[in-house]
Amino acid sequence: MTTLTFALLIAAGSVTAGLLGALTGLGGGIIVVPMLTLLFHVDMRYAVGASIVSVIGTSSGAAAAYVREGYTNVRVGILLEVATTTGALIGAALSGYMSTNALAILFGVVLLFTAARALKPRAEHAILTTPDKWASRLRLDSTYPTASGLQRYSVTRVPAGFVVMFAAGILSALLGIGSGIVKVLAMDQLMRLPFKVSTTTSNFMIGVTAAASAGVYLHLGYIDPVLAFPVMLGVLVGALVGARILTRAKVGWLRNLFTVIVVVMAVQMLYKGFTGGV
Amino acid sequence: MTEPHGGVSDEEVEQIIGRLLQLGVLVAALVVLVGAALLLGRHGGAVASYAVFHTEPAALRSIAGIVRAAFSGDATGIVQFGLLLLILTPIVRVAFTLVAFVLQRDGTYIVVTAIVLVLLLFGLVFGGA
Repeated sequence: MTTLTFALLIAAGSVTAGLLGALTGLGGGIIVVPMLTLLFHVDMRYAVGASIVSVIGTSSGAAAAYVREGYTNVRVGILLEVATTTGALIGAALSGYMSTNALAILFGVVLLFTAARALKPRAEHAILTTPDKWASRLRLDSTYPTASGLQRYSVTRVPAGFVVMFAAGILSALLGIGSGIVKVLAMDQLMRLPFKVSTTTSNFMIGVTAAASAGVYLHLGYIDPVLAFPVMLGVLVGALVGARILTRAKVGWLRNLFTVIVVVMAVQMLYKGFTGGV
Repeated sequence: MTEPHGGVSDEEVEQIIGRLLQLGVLVAALVVLVGAALLLGRHGGAVASYAVFHTEPAALRSIAGIVRAAFSGDATGIVQFGLLLLILTPIVRVAFTLVAFVLQRDGTYIVVTAIVLVLLLFGLVFGGA
């Protein structure tokens, strides 16, 4: 395949990934690496390098819109970033010692987990209002805009959230993904932040976490310009278009389609990992 | 960041940071696009294969090397420079968050944000461990 055909095909696939990621709210990063390794037979390390760069693009590109809505909890975000960036640096250093087969198996497991989360209907939890020891010491409690004005909320289980975020950082680096699902899970389910605050704060953190591992991968030679450019530009265009049509689109069937794609990719990644085909 | 201190409100800071992030992504994407166009124009017919991993050439792995390659007009160097700008965008965001906490004289979060910034720069400049 010539570089031109290769770039065009990868760009088309990346636009689709970015579009689906934005429309389903599950992020496109999760299917970029399987697409590159399974369809285009790209080595896992190049795929991870290209994917992590595209994750920075979508996270930062979307951040401005969220910021204007006033949901991000900057204190929670920056505090947990200590955990995610440490995890990301360790994950990036570890990746050199892990076989691509092991990475493929880990990826398959994360894909299955993503599909399970996508199928689970989201239950809104009650907003906490009683301050927690760590939350008050670190002044993490805040307000967020609702239909009935500003609503106060408290944060709980900060140390547990910190530990899960450390794991999210390692996963993000090893697999070249944003780990948004794990981050939201930690903030929404464990720390009990309102869901909207969890998703926007997660997005704020994703770019920073990805930048930590991308810096290391740049030095390790995982980021190939010829492969990374169609991925980065494609995912970015897909995500921006997705964000524009989000309000008009019916996302129910799209979410199901995305889940099917994720499951198929999970099975193939696991198969390749176990048979040594990566 | 809930209460305004030192003349800057949280909303203002967040607005500026949000715009800055979008601008960073836009500039990075444009640089990548220019490099990509040059690259495909010059080497579009070459055979692409990424099935076997062999690390990138040294010039595309260090910050100094990338800047040098980009300014000498090398197409892959320009793309890599654009990607470097993209990696820098969230790092600049953390730097601005640090400035905001300094303006608010928030000691705890000045330390927390500085740790994050040091970790990020450590990864980017030294390649981690």
